[in-house]
Amino acid sequence: MKAYMSFFRIRFLGGLQYRIAALAGVATQLAWGGLYVLLYKAFYEADASAFPMTFRQVTDYNWLRQAFLTLLFVWMLDRETLESISSGAVAYEVVRPTDLYLMWFTKNVAMRLSRAVLRCVPVLLFAFLLPAPYGLSLPAGIEGFIGFFVTLFLALGNVVAFVMLLYIASFFTMNPTGLRVLMLSLTEFLSGGLIPLPFMPPLLQKILEFSPFGAMMNMPLRAYSGSLSGPALWTGAALQVFWLIVMAGGGRLWMGRALRRLQVQGG
Amino acid sequence: MLYLKSLLIHLKGQMQYKMSFVFLLIGQFLTAFSAFLTIYVLMQRFHTVKGFTYPQVLLCFAVVLLSFSLAECFFRGFDTFSGIIANGQFDRILVRPRSAVYQVLCAKIELTRLGRLLQAVLVMVYAIPHSGVIWTADKIGVLVLMILGGVAVFSALFVLYAGICFFTIEGLEFMNIFTDGGREFGSYPISVFGESVLKFCTYVIPLALFQYYPLLWLLDMTDKVFYAFTPLIGALFWLPALLVWRLGVKNYVSTGS
Repeated sequence: MKAYMSFFRIRFLGGLQYRIAALAGVATQLAWGGLYVLLYKAFYEADASAFPMTFRQVTDYNWLRQAFLTLLFVWMLDRETLESISSGAVAYEVVRPTDLYLMWFTKNVAMRLSRAVLRCVPVLLFAFLLPAPYGLSLPAGIEGFIGFFVTLFLALGNVVAFVMLLYIASFFTMNPTGLRVLMLSLTEFLSGGLIPLPFMPPLLQKILEFSPFGAMMNMPLRAYSGSLSGPALWTGAALQVFWLIVMAGGGRLWMGRALRRLQVQGG
Repeated sequence: MLYLKSLLIHLKGQMQYKMSFVFLLIGQFLTAFSAFLTIYVLMQRFHTVKGFTYPQVLLCFAVVLLSFSLAECFFRGFDTFSGIIANGQFDRILVRPRSAVYQVLCAKIELTRLGRLLQAVLVMVYAIPHSGVIWTADKIGVLVLMILGGVAVFSALFVLYAGICFFTIEGLEFMNIFTDGGREFGSYPISVFGESVLKFCTYVIPLALFQYYPLLWLLDMTDKVFYAFTPLIGALFWLPALLVWRLGVKNYVSTGS
């Protein structure tokens, strides 16, 4: 346990060093978020009755997504992990008396958290200061507030467990980039990274809400504004726990099989 | 010609990894596909946005995507220019008897980016008959002008980005708003984002000049004929971009290797 805490600390503190990069990232996220709000405003003006959420819920979703981008988007891959697979450095890690799955899992969580810590505060501040319907509002009661944090951490777990599957898949192919790009862009759409799930056709929304994709950013970003509340919120959280166990458990088994037949080329 | 030769070398090189090439091509196609899906889903729900119908938005999407993927494919060297500076490769470029711009242009041609192009073409094939435009010779001409203007603006942005790299050494993530953001949000006619964004995209970063204004003329939403020629003005964006590049080359201090 202590070893994994150290891995966490090393990656977390290491990630905190890149402050200028974080600042540039914040600027990008603010501009991006602002344009999204304007886009949805235009759609709202086109046909307000076709809005499946309130406008405020959509802007809350939008700004929280920008603030916690590094936690919630699958495409935030850890370059170190990927390189250790393609370069063969993974061989060193395998011989250590640690569980590789757990180690990578903690490293990825740490990397994401350190980036989020640097970026979320300015984005949240900016979003709170914006005038009423365009900025970030306060959470929907105690339930929204607690629900947000609970589902946010579960979502982070689900995202990392999913990303781990992508890393493990890289063991099986010499040329993983194409497959990865494909999975990442598809997952971004299916998890609600481009449009919130309620905007999708009803049947697709239903399916996605039961799938692992719905267990990612869909949950916290909607819990905060009360777009998901009561029983729907807590069954969703239970589903998050379920998918986390399935993906992490499955990933760990799969990794064991991958390591058994691992061939490291060159030296 | 030197450019054709390097194009051929890049083609041959990338064909050595055929599977990877195909996967990347499909990957590029699918990345753009999620942008298309977004428009599809939103437009099915709302039908119009700021007076533009679904096929009209698609026409805009296709023009922007087409010009972006062309620019990215052939001007990729500028997009990844921070790497050339950081590893000292630019010193080698300077001692060769050709212009630096030309050499950076030849240094990288990424044909997998044409996956997006394929999609843009497919969407355009759908949008052209459905957009409600009565296609005459002059309208087709303006459509071509829009695409060329788009290539000019996006490639100028890449050159500008590379020029700034001379001063920052690192790539600036902020520039992504104009390139990747221009592609993503440029899927909609810029007026959708309101007056101030439109002004910004007219006078500062001329994205609207090859997209919104000529589109208005194509759709007969304006009687100002000069709107049809605004892509030409947009192409002038190369001038400030080249100026920054020149300044950068002049002030260049090698980072060593």
